[in-house]
Amino acid sequence: MEPIDLEYDDAELELPSEPMSLNMGPSHPAMHGTIRMVLKLDGETVKSTDIQPGYLHRAFEKMAERGTWAQVFPYTDRLNYCSPLLNNVGYALAVEKLLGITVPRMGQLLRVVHGELSRMADHLTCNGAMAMELGAFTPFLWYLKAREWIWECHETQTGARMTHSYFRIGGTALPATDQFVARARKTVQRVLEVVAEGESLLLRNRIFLDRTQGIGVLSRETALAYGVSGPMLRGSGVDYDVRKDKPYLTYGEVDFDVPIGEDGDTFDRFMVRSEELRQSARIIEQTLDLMEKVDPRSPDAKVSVDDPRVMLPPKSEVYGTIEGTINHFKLIMEGVDVPAGEAYAYTEGGNGELGFFVVSRGGGTPWRVRVRSPCFYSLQSAKGLIEGGMLADIVPIFGSVNMIGGECDR
Amino acid sequence: MARIILDRLKERFGADVLETSSQHGDDVAVVTPARWREAAEFVRTDPRCACDYFVDLSAIDCCDNGDPEARFEVYVIAYSVARKHRVRLKVRLPEDNPEVDTLIPVWVGANWMERECFDMFGVRFKGHPDLRRILLYEEFKGHPLRKDYPAQQAQPLVAYREGTYDKLRPFLADEGMPLDRTFKAAQDPD
Repeated sequence: MEPIDLEYDDAELELPSEPMSLNMGPSHPAMHGTIRMVLKLDGETVKSTDIQPGYLHRAFEKMAERGTWAQVFPYTDRLNYCSPLLNNVGYALAVEKLLGITVPRMGQLLRVVHGELSRMADHLTCNGAMAMELGAFTPFLWYLKAREWIWECHETQTGARMTHSYFRIGGTALPATDQFVARARKTVQRVLEVVAEGESLLLRNRIFLDRTQGIGVLSRETALAYGVSGPMLRGSGVDYDVRKDKPYLTYGEVDFDVPIGEDGDTFDRFMVRSEELRQSARIIEQTLDLMEKVDPRSPDAKVSVDDPRVMLPPKSEVYGTIEGTINHFKLIMEGVDVPAGEAYAYTEGGNGELGFFVVSRGGGTPWRVRVRSPCFYSLQSAKGLIEGGMLADIVPIFGSVNMIGGECDR
Repeated sequence: MARIILDRLKERFGADVLETSSQHGDDVAVVTPARWREAAEFVRTDPRCACDYFVDLSAIDCCDNGDPEARFEVYVIAYSVARKHRVRLKVRLPEDNPEVDTLIPVWVGANWMERECFDMFGVRFKGHPDLRRILLYEEFKGHPLRKDYPAQQAQPLVAYREGTYDKLRPFLADEGMPLDRTFKAAQDPD
């Protein structure tokens, strides 16, 4: 028998180290099917990357220029499809800014409640998906179960689970149903229980902590220069929330906190979203109280402006009177006559500052609708987070960016 | 309030601020293309403006104003987190060869927005390190958000690309990979 411990030259054992190019996505589960990353790897370290969005581009801005103002609503549903009602609200506020109208109080409260419920659904999806991509499948299923309750709550009100198109220029399609307040209260409570349950699985889990803490650190200055917003910006320690800094609708009347992170890493972004779920619940509770205080006989109880130039007449008038028929026909065929001008209206969307820049030249068709979609900006900053890190860390970093294809590529 | 930015801009740039307005509460200043980047730099660094937060950059096709020297309006929105005010700077560009300085040295986030603006409007940004299409693909013909883009126009079908993508040229240039690309015609199923 010959001895097997032959003498090796150490140099021969070195692995080849020339850089390797790797395509990640678009058909990669962690890239949500819509992003392609071209990576240059040295071993498992990412040397440089080129992020290529655009696989889900559907020409939102071009389509918006080709219909009436109201026909843009269904497209906005499909921007951030995790929180469609927030997009509805953002666009409605932009057009209302051009028109110079304010929605009655009940309509505003309804927008806040639905908006915050949508934000909860959005954050549940993001946190759940991030945990799942790190191998924790149970919290994902629990969070999606909770998201389903929220969507059922929306469904009783809007008739649709996801693509609601519920808000209108000048108000809301329908007033709240009788059971809505009680149902929303119950939903929020049940969702919070699930959030705590999910956190109990993750926040003391060694794998989850090791893979998120200190990974993908985004500094405050970089985040600002990139235009990063929302939970990602707040995770980096910048205290900027549109709901606080420029309160729109009735956000000025409710009491809530803006959580911020310290390190700007993936874990902080996760925790900011988790805490925002609780803050959203607080906003909903208080807003529901305000809804109950509205006197049903007062003009505040209306959900839409009483202006035939903007709102469609009730169906009984459309089918019963000639004025109603003509009014309906003009609004549908020609659209709302928006005076010439331009306005930028911004709200706090699921991922951050959701802005609509609308330009009117007068008449029923928008001249230009530009959407400032927050995750396009967040995704741009992800290049700096990925480079220099490990290949496997792309998954949690990308999860915490919460890239929503519909919104990013428009 | 936020008028301070407009006042400061007028004070500093004088006649190069062509007009200012505050329609619907949005402060807007139109500057000349020559001082576009300088104005942005000023808005960012001036301690009384301090607009360190990059919000948005895009363009409007104003082909209806009848002035081919001012067909495109490129705008940038900046916000100050500390002072809680925002401003919209605009620049007007001619129809033939719309080109303006890049704002990447001011806000690094302008990179993708300028690429998108080039993609959709054909506005070029001088000094941009990587001015490729971003949402559309390289073979796309025309710039779709221009008002004269024929919406029914068919685009070339890119059935199969051989070699590497031209999109990767800046990325792969140092690797000695073949960069010339040839197209195979779409295969006829018969």
